[in-house]
Amino acid sequence: MIVETEGLTRTFVVARRKRVTAVEGVTLTIAAGEAVGFLGPNGAGKSTTIKMLTGVLVPTAGRARVCGLDPVRERRALARRIGVVFGQRSQLWWDLPLQESFALHGAIHRVPYSDRLDECVELLDMTEFLATPVRQLSLGQRMRGEVTAALLHRPELLVLDEPTIGLDLASKERLRAFLADLVARGAVTLLLTTHDLPDVERLCRRVVVIDRGRVLVDDDLAALRARFGGAREVVVDLAEPAPPLTGLPGVHDVTVEAGGLRQRLAFAPADTTAAAVIAAVAERAALRDVAVVEPSIESLVRTLYAG
Amino acid sequence: MGKSVYARIVASRIRSQLAYPVSFALDVFSQLLGQSMELLAILVIFTQVTSLGGFSAGEVVLIYGLAATAFGLADLAVGQVEALPDYIRTGELDVLLLRPLGALAQLLSADVQLRRVGRVAVGLVTLAWALRDVEWTPLRVVVAVVAPLAGAVLLSAIWIAANCVSFWLVDGREVANSVTYGSDFATSYPITVYGPWLRRIMCFVVPGAFVAYFPALALTGRPDPLGFPDAVRYCSPLVAAAMVGVAALVWRTGVRRYQGTGS
Repeated sequence: MIVETEGLTRTFVVARRKRVTAVEGVTLTIAAGEAVGFLGPNGAGKSTTIKMLTGVLVPTAGRARVCGLDPVRERRALARRIGVVFGQRSQLWWDLPLQESFALHGAIHRVPYSDRLDECVELLDMTEFLATPVRQLSLGQRMRGEVTAALLHRPELLVLDEPTIGLDLASKERLRAFLADLVARGAVTLLLTTHDLPDVERLCRRVVVIDRGRVLVDDDLAALRARFGGAREVVVDLAEPAPPLTGLPGVHDVTVEAGGLRQRLAFAPADTTAAAVIAAVAERAALRDVAVVEPSIESLVRTLYAG
Repeated sequence: MGKSVYARIVASRIRSQLAYPVSFALDVFSQLLGQSMELLAILVIFTQVTSLGGFSAGEVVLIYGLAATAFGLADLAVGQVEALPDYIRTGELDVLLLRPLGALAQLLSADVQLRRVGRVAVGLVTLAWALRDVEWTPLRVVVAVVAPLAGAVLLSAIWIAANCVSFWLVDGREVANSVTYGSDFATSYPITVYGPWLRRIMCFVVPGAFVAYFPALALTGRPDPLGFPDAVRYCSPLVAAAMVGVAALVWRTGVRRYQGTGS
């Protein structure tokens, strides 16, 4: 097992005599080669859990072993065997060219890294900006650099905390394709937190949903979808207020807003298509505008609660 | 891998600072000027008085030279510790804890400022000038060489411990700054100019008197107006070693506390 936790718990003192439990009794095992999406709303305890797994935070109770090591007591040994990217925090040297940051990383880990670097440079298309100081990189370029730095020492476990936050679509897609390839080759075990469901769909077969510090769901993504529908939504703005557009084929839920001017029609991709739903609506009411909404992590979590 | 990773990190810092030579030269010059102004202030005082706390101009300049050299060396080596409050506040310390190296060594090497050699230069020149009156004995040669180094280690340890306050206080920066820059000012004068309480603090609590005052007594051979035994004036290296122990303990406790607090 790469990650093994048992009853992992963390409380914080937020004010005098006031304790908040950020993570409560998280028991989790991740085998080598798995790719796990770690989901949950803001403040759910994702980052706290990751910090306990990487030795940055001491658990209040419970225990964790990562790569067979005690994360806090064997922090440095563990650091050699894992790669971590916190999306909002840089591990690169902002005033050095990217390639010098990589050279320092290689020196810090005391490993030959040129093969891995060449591979990352090619797959992530970084040749053009290798000589550019990190502070001049775009967010997308920098994030590719961060992921590369985290991989140079060939870690067994790669932990990515919101790696695609703030990236444009093209950058997100490039990063996802790279990580998907890495996972498919079994090159690394991946633990990924994100708010971006497409990240998870592309990369992870297994999903752990955490909310208010507790594990809500730990299951196959496919099984999760089957259980909770994985609803997409067509949002229609109508020319005239209309009563709820119930009874459309394949639509299992209708929410009405603005007195019937805007309606949200939820459907499962297995049952029908967005085009069919829109066509069905157009037969019953005059449309002004249409949007198709992918299910968000938040709505998934809401569904989990409701169910 | 030969070269140590810290040597590489520091070398990369220095290269990036030398990338803008004009701005670097101005930085060094402003450091030189800043330190020289303090020396000038002492000389101005001596146009009005003939002694300060019972010490002549030459003796005060010797104390000042020892203190300035120690301060400059300490600032060059560990001046970056003043960034610790920011690392703690922003959670940037996480990044250091995710690398397979000691967090303190990383913090200190993260932004070494070569411009601080300006201060060391002023200190060394002043010290050399003040030492020309010393009646040399082998022991005094040792003191002259060891005192600035021991003083630098002592100040470094004090600053590291002081900046660790931020592990406990959200706004620890002011406390740390007052210790850092207060220690510069306070060690530059004979401790006899201070009131008894401040003197006691500087001898026994934050032992700044061992940076320059006691070594200066050893170099001049004059009796201590405060009546401490002669052996005390040779104790700077011991006091520095003890302070390093204290700082290491405070740092370790602080990091544990950080790991217990999160961000």
